[in-house]
Amino acid sequence: MVGPGQVMVSDVVAESVAVHGFWTRSRKSGLVYLIVGLFAAVVFGLATKAGETATFTLSTKPGGAGLDLPARAFAIGFGLVCALTGAALLAGYFRRHFGATTAVAIVSFVLSFLCWQVAGNDLPLVGLAQQTLFLAVPLILGSLAGVLGERSGVINVAIEGQLLTGAFCGALFGSIAASAWVGLVAAAIGGGLIGAILAVLAIRYLVDQVVLGVVLNVFAMGVTGYLYDRFMQPNTQAYNNPPTFPAIHIPLLADIPVIGPVLFQNTIITYLAIVLVVVVSLALTKTRWGLRTRAVGEHPTAADTLGIRVRLVRYRNVIMGGLIAGIGGAALTVGSVGQFGKDMSNGRGFIALAALIFGRWSPTGALLGALLFGFADALQSNLSSLNSVVPSQFLTMLPYIATILAVAGLVGKVRAPAADGKPYVKS
Amino acid sequence: MEPGEIHALLGENGAGKSTLMNVLYGLLTPDEGEILVDDVPQRFGSPRDAIGAGIGMVHQHFMLVPVFTVAENVMLGAEHTTGIGWLNRRKARRDVAEVSERYGLRVDPDALVEDLPVGIQQRVEIIKALVREVDLLILDEPTAVLTPQEIDDLLDVMRSLKDAGKSIVFITHKLKEVKAIADRITVIRRGQVVGAAQPDASEDELAALMVGRSVKLTVDKLPASPGDPVLDVAGLAVVDDRGQRVVDDIDLEVRHGEILGVAGVEGNGQTELIEAIMGLRPAIGGTVRLNGRAIHDTLGHQYGTTSDILARGVGYVPADRGHDGLVADFSVAENLVLDTYRRPPYGKGLSLRPTAIRESARERIDEFDVRTSSYTTAVGTLSGGNQQKVVVAREMSRPLELLIAAQPTRGVDVGSTEFIHGRIVAERDRGTGVLLVSSELDEILALADRIAVMYRGKVLAVVGPDTPRERIGLLMAGVTGESAAEETDE
Repeated sequence: MVGPGQVMVSDVVAESVAVHGFWTRSRKSGLVYLIVGLFAAVVFGLATKAGETATFTLSTKPGGAGLDLPARAFAIGFGLVCALTGAALLAGYFRRHFGATTAVAIVSFVLSFLCWQVAGNDLPLVGLAQQTLFLAVPLILGSLAGVLGERSGVINVAIEGQLLTGAFCGALFGSIAASAWVGLVAAAIGGGLIGAILAVLAIRYLVDQVVLGVVLNVFAMGVTGYLYDRFMQPNTQAYNNPPTFPAIHIPLLADIPVIGPVLFQNTIITYLAIVLVVVVSLALTKTRWGLRTRAVGEHPTAADTLGIRVRLVRYRNVIMGGLIAGIGGAALTVGSVGQFGKDMSNGRGFIALAALIFGRWSPTGALLGALLFGFADALQSNLSSLNSVVPSQFLTMLPYIATILAVAGLVGKVRAPAADGKPYVKS
Repeated sequence: MEPGEIHALLGENGAGKSTLMNVLYGLLTPDEGEILVDDVPQRFGSPRDAIGAGIGMVHQHFMLVPVFTVAENVMLGAEHTTGIGWLNRRKARRDVAEVSERYGLRVDPDALVEDLPVGIQQRVEIIKALVREVDLLILDEPTAVLTPQEIDDLLDVMRSLKDAGKSIVFITHKLKEVKAIADRITVIRRGQVVGAAQPDASEDELAALMVGRSVKLTVDKLPASPGDPVLDVAGLAVVDDRGQRVVDDIDLEVRHGEILGVAGVEGNGQTELIEAIMGLRPAIGGTVRLNGRAIHDTLGHQYGTTSDILARGVGYVPADRGHDGLVADFSVAENLVLDTYRRPPYGKGLSLRPTAIRESARERIDEFDVRTSSYTTAVGTLSGGNQQKVVVAREMSRPLELLIAAQPTRGVDVGSTEFIHGRIVAERDRGTGVLLVSSELDEILALADRIAVMYRGKVLAVVGPDTPRERIGLLMAGVTGESAAEETDE
């Protein structure tokens, strides 16, 4: 049996058809988008009362400029857009632009959902974007730590522990010195220490890197939890009351509407995170350090035969990653509420790991992944304040569901650095 | 070593050639002894020191980063940077272009290494050394992965390097090449220099020196008397792990009592072909029949598992014995019954019969001359030749209809090679059909009654055993008779 779309496919595609039959990956995904889109159009559309408007405000002030959309029509409309892209994929179109098509389908599904949720209410878009970036900062720095380690061939599952240690050290030493800057440096060193333990055990003692990462996370949880209960909690004023970084308004840029408040009114740690993404991204492709890091992560033996010291490169990268993840931890305390809480990293290290894979081990990809998860998180907190009919437990799941979908569904087959997780032993 | 000299280092697998050269290149440190460069004693702690002293090495397994471009691979470890610390890619490209110009090593500096054929990858390795301005180049088994034409190209490159005053250490176990290019020959055996020879020494003399006794370089066999077809492959298509169609519409027939040799450079679909026949890989088109009964039919259905196919009288010696042929931590005796342990007399119901397993292991160790301290020794601790004999012993101890042997003597010493070749011919004479896959053309020529040449997933031709080497070599490079004229240049 020959399917309707199969007649016109080119030779290149014919091969993949021969392998997978009619149900190629893009067709399967198309079917899913079609069903989900129709579901959105019907359920979200019907659940929305006719005549209500969904307001998406663009201004920081209440009652400022915004978009008033007839909620029901748009909920149905976006649902149909999602269904249509699905149908197109199913019919065999756009298979070369699978990624973009998928993005359109998902965005329209989310918009359909939002129209329903926001109907009769308003959703501050600027606030949402601000929160997205703010919540993404620890994820950005965490996954950057992963990029550094894994591109040189060491898997870093200990990001969670590094964030937590960073957050703890930031709060503790920031309080003692009464300086957010001291807190920031202490946080980096705390994360760096976990990185150093990881490096020594993984590189020198060849401990399985995934197991090691998990153990280090438990270790960090135990140590910070104990110290918190024993010293911080009874003496909050002295040990858990660090000053926080103020938001820095960048002159002129901060006054641009919409973009200004989102991008140019942040704390130093947020700016640092973005600068680090750019720096690491450029360094990886354009500098000697980057070339050697990638060589060591792909083919350590080749690097060794050219006189590159494989273990040294790995030590340096893993410890550097720890420092960066530590800064990410600081974002949770001195960059935010100014207080450490037990287990406050709350799985962010693992989401950072997901962002890293989603971003295919590239710093900019990791940034995008982190922003995606940050958005899911921000959306969750915004919707629960709108008194959504969706139970809050389901909303809290959003970032994690996004993680699973992103890593399992969207990424597909990705290629990790060839020597990722393999210790280098001279034979 | 003299400047401008090609010095061949000849020895069997495991004789210590590569180890010696790794010491010379600073990858291993010597326990005792000295290395002199220009009469000055050297201590190489790392390859960096060796490169500094003007020594470069092209390893048997290429030391190239597959996802890097040629230029990136060449500059790695000796990067030039611009004022602000950026990599100077332009200079790297220029260096590659300059060296390839000077020595006739054509290569595109911006190509990704993983997209290049092995012959070109080897050029990249040589360029890598030359850019570092080495005076002494060590080539470790450089011809093992090349087609005969690529080997000729390599020998030309070596001559032009020699003319430019570079010295070359040429490590190999192939006698023909040594005689073709070497100025001086040193033979090593079991870690010791056992002799020196001039290139005009005969192949038999060299072989005797290498092995320590006289060896037969040819296989004695009578003409085949083929019977009915045992294996019939028609229009078979198979994809590899990446979904590439690497076996493309192949027709093959193996008859009882003949050896069909499949020649071809490795990676042209031979592995996937065999795996499909053995039921280890699905076929996406075509049929495979064993004695007229289907293994794969046109509808893409596979009849029976690999274990059923083995039970139908197929013996299988896989190309990678460490990965597919043996369980390294299991004993010799256990490895000998991996295919038959479920059936009497070795197994009954839920339990194994240790006595029967032991008895048969003893017999087969004797019969196949496996040098092991006992049948309980872990197979992984045996030498390559003895491991291979364990695989061969297992596969040839059942009554066979068809024997599939892939690279049956890879990494096997000359003595064991003689033995295994003898067994394969004996199996043929018993009426078994043999499908022999080898990338060593010499092995194919010595054993096969008919030769199929595979190139890029297709069988380009099936030829007789008396076909000239050169013609088969050309076929291995994808040059068929009609297009030979235009394509010989490539």
